[in-house]
Amino acid sequence: MKLSLAPLQYFWPRDDTLAFYRGIAATKIDIVYLGETVCSKRRELRTRDWIALARELADAGKEVVLSSLALIEAESELGVLGRLVEDGGAWIEANDLSAVQACRERGVPFVAGPSLNIYNHRALAMLVEDGLRRWVPGVEQGHVLIGELRAALLAGGVAMPELEVQVLGRPVLAYSARCFTARALDVAKDQCGFRCIEHVDGLPLATRDGAPFLRINGIQIQGDEIADLGPEMPKLRELGVDVLRIAPRHEGTEEAILHYDRARIAQTTPPPIGARSGYWHGEAGMTLPAEAPP
Amino acid sequence: MQLVCPAGNLPALQAAVDAGANAVYAGFRDQTNARAFPGLNFDEAELRAGIAYAHARGAKVYLALNTYPDSARLAGWYAAVDRAADLGCDAIIVAEMAVLDYAARKHPQLPRHLSVQGSATTAPALRYMYERFGISRAVLPRVLSIQQVERLCERSPVPLETFAFGSLCIMVEGRCQLSSYVTGASPNRHGVCSPAKFVRWEEHGDGGRTVRLNGVLMDRYAPAEPAGYPTVCKGRFGVAGEVFHAMEEPTSLNTLEILPRLAQAGVVALKIEGRQRGVAYVATVTRTWRAAIDRLYAAPLAWTAEPGWQQALSKHAEGHQTTLGPYHRAWH
Repeated sequence: MKLSLAPLQYFWPRDDTLAFYRGIAATKIDIVYLGETVCSKRRELRTRDWIALARELADAGKEVVLSSLALIEAESELGVLGRLVEDGGAWIEANDLSAVQACRERGVPFVAGPSLNIYNHRALAMLVEDGLRRWVPGVEQGHVLIGELRAALLAGGVAMPELEVQVLGRPVLAYSARCFTARALDVAKDQCGFRCIEHVDGLPLATRDGAPFLRINGIQIQGDEIADLGPEMPKLRELGVDVLRIAPRHEGTEEAILHYDRARIAQTTPPPIGARSGYWHGEAGMTLPAEAPP
Repeated sequence: MQLVCPAGNLPALQAAVDAGANAVYAGFRDQTNARAFPGLNFDEAELRAGIAYAHARGAKVYLALNTYPDSARLAGWYAAVDRAADLGCDAIIVAEMAVLDYAARKHPQLPRHLSVQGSATTAPALRYMYERFGISRAVLPRVLSIQQVERLCERSPVPLETFAFGSLCIMVEGRCQLSSYVTGASPNRHGVCSPAKFVRWEEHGDGGRTVRLNGVLMDRYAPAEPAGYPTVCKGRFGVAGEVFHAMEEPTSLNTLEILPRLAQAGVVALKIEGRQRGVAYVATVTRTWRAAIDRLYAAPLAWTAEPGWQQALSKHAEGHQTTLGPYHRAWH
């Protein structure tokens, strides 16, 4: 099993980001996904900086994949996508259909990111024809759906592409044209002042009885809980998962990589370091309050 | 410019056609469409009757097959495509690639519209769906500004349909998991958002109310305060020490004031949301938009959004308020 680091979802100061990836270069991570996937206004690192960082990490022995924006609306954002595909010198994590088409038109291999909708073996097989080499299932797909898809694909005589599952991190739940950070701080999106940089792990949103619920991250909404599939290692192996994905956090990412590195080498089931994922078991994604009706 | 109206059942279909819809859209009574609510939608006999009613009056019937089947359930979606073709639907509205591919191969003569749930927001994304599956129209997600819609109309390989009025999904459609995070039931997989069976209202002694979705507190209301349906995106939550509608207020999209711009841009069809709404909603909203569109074509230079039209629409809006939503940059 390989270990991967998901694209950074949050907006950090340039020096923090560069220091973070210098640290990552020295870990046992095999694959690093790089690039801005949430908001094109975030420019502490510009496209050329991400591509330069990709070269550095590749020189350090990491496999690098360049990740595309999940929601593309503007021509300028398509321009950035074109540069990643043409000048990046790496596979692309396609996070919407624009990126799939950009890769397909230019013959560049791609990884289907979790915000691309692939729910069955036929869709996956067609994307393999288009150049898909690795599949990261969407957050709401649990082990039963993934197992059924894999069996149906193999029964149809199509080889399974590499399978990558996020094992640690907050689930990304939604994207909007609206910036929820700007809304919460009562500033206009066009004059946002890049205030999401103040919230290095997102802005917490709680229910009115004070229970942590979601995280606001610019135009993106995440679940508050850090889901951890470590206890599911036997099932992950049985499903033939090739890559275990860890989502970057401001603190503790290197420790999390170490934790999963030990688990894959020792072939053990590690103790939990996060919340149980309901999605993985075909249930509501979050841990429900105790008084929830059945 | 076509007016495409919601038909949650046969009476709504008839009301829409009578009020001047050029086309109605409907779904089968199962999880193959994104409004799989109890008591809604059509069985084969009802749809046959609806198609006959619409065709006799020159209106078209589109069938929404716009959820995402997993491998084990794919055959059920293929069968629904066959039924739509056999019944004589004028087009199917599809989001998912396997369903589009099946329809293109098996029923190439049946037009395929890309659903809003297909989440295509750019020319390359639309090109993918056109080149791969031969879509003949696409419905745009409600994330683009009017300027972006205008530009996309110039570059899209297929004609475009946009949402004109109705409940506002503020997240990009087809990629929102807020409902399944709380309930396990998702728009993509099950055709539902924040389904009613998970909603629990509690009345308090002072007349106030609390509403929970699968046990998770969505909002509290003071006595006599109007309450909305508790979709996650329209609840009130605490962020940075303040309690407010952190994502969106209960409000409806209303694009009436930019109707001339949408027409000028070349948008071929305007969609009214609301298959879950009753006959009164469908009739009033359809009649109002029919009048507005007819007036635009009769006297384009003199066109203004009449106060009477706006009042009629506001009466049927969620929370009785409307917004231009993402079409207007200030909303973002």
